[in-house]
Amino acid sequence: MTEEAMTFDVVIVGAGIAGLSAAIKLKQLSSDISVCVIEKGSEVGAHILSGAIFEPRPLNELIPNWEQLNAPLHTLVRQEQVLLLTKNQSWNIPSWLLPPQLDNQGNYIISLGNLCRWLAEQAENLGVEIYPGFAATKVLFNEDGSVKGILTGDMGLDKNSQPKLDHELGLALYAKYTLFAEGCRGLLSEQLIQHFKLCQASEPPSYALGIKELWEVDPTQHQAGRVIHTFGWPLDGTTHGGAFIYHLEKNQVALGLIVGLDYKNPYLHPFKELQRFKMHPAIRTILEGGRRISYGARTLNRGGLQSIPELVFPGGVLLGCAAGFLNIAKLKGCHTAMKSGMLAAEAIIESLHPPFNNKLINYHHKIQTSWLYDELYQVRNSRPAYARWGILGKIVYEKILRGKEPFTLRHNKADHQYLKTKTHYKPIVYPKPDNKISFDLLSSVALSNTYHEEDQPVHLQLRDPTIPILINLVKYDAPEQRYCPAGVYEIVEENMIKNTTKNTNLRLQINAANCLHCKACEIKDPHQNITWTSPEGGGGPNYPNM
Amino acid sequence: MKILVAIKQVIDHHVAIQVKLDNTGVETNNVKMSINPFDEIALEAAIRLQESGIASEVIVVSIGEKPIQTTLRSALAMGADRALLIQTDVETQPLAVAKLLQAVVAQENPQLVLLGKQAIDDDSHQTGQMLAALLNWGQGTNASQIILKDDEVQVTREIDTGLEIISLSLPAVITTDLRLNNPRYIKLPNIMKAKKKPLTILAAEELDVDITPRLQTCKVELPLRRKTGIKVENINELITKLQTEAKVI
Ligand SMILES: Cc1cc2nc3c(=O)[nH]c(=O)nc-3n(C[C@H](O)[C@H](O)[C@H](O)COP(=O)(O)OP(=O)(O)OC[C@H]3O[C@@H](n4cnc5c(N)ncnc54)[C@H](O)[C@@H]3O)c2cc1C
Ligand code: SF4
Repeated sequence: MTEEAMTFDVVIVGAGIAGLSAAIKLKQLSSDISVCVIEKGSEVGAHILSGAIFEPRPLNELIPNWEQLNAPLHTLVRQEQVLLLTKNQSWNIPSWLLPPQLDNQGNYIISLGNLCRWLAEQAENLGVEIYPGFAATKVLFNEDGSVKGILTGDMGLDKNSQPKLDHELGLALYAKYTLFAEGCRGLLSEQLIQHFKLCQASEPPSYALGIKELWEVDPTQHQAGRVIHTFGWPLDGTTHGGAFIYHLEKNQVALGLIVGLDYKNPYLHPFKELQRFKMHPAIRTILEGGRRISYGARTLNRGGLQSIPELVFPGGVLLGCAAGFLNIAKLKGCHTAMKSGMLAAEAIIESLHPPFNNKLINYHHKIQTSWLYDELYQVRNSRPAYARWGILGKIVYEKILRGKEPFTLRHNKADHQYLKTKTHYKPIVYPKPDNKISFDLLSSVALSNTYHEEDQPVHLQLRDPTIPILINLVKYDAPEQRYCPAGVYEIVEENMIKNTTKNTNLRLQINAANCLHCKACEIKDPHQNITWTSPEGGGGPNYPNM
Repeated sequence: MKILVAIKQVIDHHVAIQVKLDNTGVETNNVKMSINPFDEIALEAAIRLQESGIASEVIVVSIGEKPIQTTLRSALAMGADRALLIQTDVETQPLAVAKLLQAVVAQENPQLVLLGKQAIDDDSHQTGQMLAALLNWGQGTNASQIILKDDEVQVTREIDTGLEIISLSLPAVITTDLRLNNPRYIKLPNIMKAKKKPLTILAAEELDVDITPRLQTCKVELPLRRKTGIKVENINELITKLQTEAKVI
């Protein structure tokens, strides 16, 4: 059987802020161009999770009358605080000590999911075709080796990959240009980076895992526009990361913990770190009497400029966090993702005129001459400075050097190579959840509204099925049990008949239906043994206002 | 033969329902909405009747606020021919819905009306029965099989004691149960085609029926959490606990 096909001028993979901004810009520049966006979430926004403090600069450029059009930017940042935490204490860091990147004047606290929902409306009004519920699972190539488009996944395969009664074949979407806007650690983006060897000149990428909760708090504790960033406790000195607490409108508070995935201690449990973070006296007062509305997790890029691969290949480009345009000093990637989408659209419109060139070289040039590049260049050494000299190095760097230094620091290793064996550490004892402020993992995952059809191929694949027990369990006490924010990986006893030899009756159970599509396992597995493939379209979390 | 399928948009059944802090209702803001699963089964049944050449047209109708259009578009992408939105901001309760559907039936003259046996949000399980009574048509509720022959329809009903097979003369109202069929996946090209299918919006007032709510919601609360049980060592301990703690014997 061959799949059906449809042809567009431009196909965009991923209805995040990068993909939607590209779609809107394309239609603004040329109303008769055909643009199709496909999105694996069941609706636009369903898989979007961010902080988020949004810098509106590119939105002012793209849709200057956004206020009139009721864009969901309701809460200006009014009050900012940076706290250094120890177990029971907190210290306010005075603003004169803080790097300029942490100044959020004029920025908005938003739900990125809701901004994407609104952008999707604007795009549809311009004639963009958006199809949520379909995952792009394969890149299709022309005979000359250029990208021809993508294939959407089959629907209705059973767990042995056999067609069920309601089976539907995937659909091929062909385009002159295919834009990959899949966000951090994109499935097809990573394949393309390998295929076209786009990372030959760049440093290994580096990531962090962000785990987030949305709360509705007691009105007396709520101050719309209040922003708190913390560092220090609960993370130890060698683990990079920190937490955020953003007061949105309607008594909502978004909070989360960001943990650098180059952490070393295999016993670290990011989810439980977040739970105990909330128990800190300075934090729990905000949450007492409130109610948790949602939960979720997503990885983010923190490699900066050095880790950005080549962006252009024949037939397409990488956008947004799929390329790694995140300003880690600012902890912001929405405005850069948006800008990259707009620049790609401009490049396409210029290139569509004859002579047609399937390589969007001008995209590369546009990025390099835009504020996006300047911004990332300025903070290029922020993460490596942090890695080498700790938080002080980062502050000195961001405050004093501000990117003017004539050198660029390297990252050296990939995140998974930093994990040490369990013999270097003692297991961490985390407090039990009190079910008011802190919770267990499964009741948290329930709040992400995650759903996957049970009878489908397991979408998390192991290259070598023996590694989880023979290496990961023995050497690292199976860290996937802890870093996965959805409890997907569980070491279970094979059967109840007691076996005398140790470990042989243990196996790794993969509860794929819980997966939040955060991609942490692909990044952190010490032997890079886990591959995230796309489950049936529409599966995954259904985040409401994340 | 024309078939009218009534569908309701509800909070998607994979979403964990949240009660609003002021207990006036459940949170629907930015929550994923979908077609009520039982209605989706009714629609699938109608489309299959059309594919087998028995039905000539499948019309979907829904009642409520404007955003419901998205759900009607999905129904069109699944295979319905045209859609009708009866627009109203008034809370729609079973009797009002049945009356509005009666008015739509008068306009459209379908031979068969299919509905889900209940909506998963309020679980009223009343609309189909009320509609049949208002129209004075035969009704087959909780259908797990529908066979059409000439101007008769044979309906297998799921009842407490097993299956009941009844025969109705047309026109009739049928409400559908879970085992009737397995609704299809929507194909991407069909979503595209559905954008061009007719979707008519009609203000509820134009149908001239009284839809004033008869029921008043006093308070919405989450059910109490069940207390976790305990394990007892032996039968004697159980008996003592039942006597002294639970005080049931
Ligand atoms: C916890 C956390 C806090 C953050 N805080 C901030 C902040 O305060 N300010 C800020 O500016 N940035 C913040 N960021 C970063 C910001 O969220 C990202 O930079 C931004 O989301 C990147 O946008 P994107 O469009 O590139 O990718 P994404 O937002 O990841 O969107 C990608 C979309 O593509 C879809 N997709 C992926 N693969 C496929 C496929 N194969 N087929 C179909 N669809 C696919 C996904 O479902 C998703 O909808 C934060 C990130 C995290 C995780
Ligand atoms: S299985 Fe992997 S991608 Fe899915 S939630 Fe766990 S760590 Fe994230």
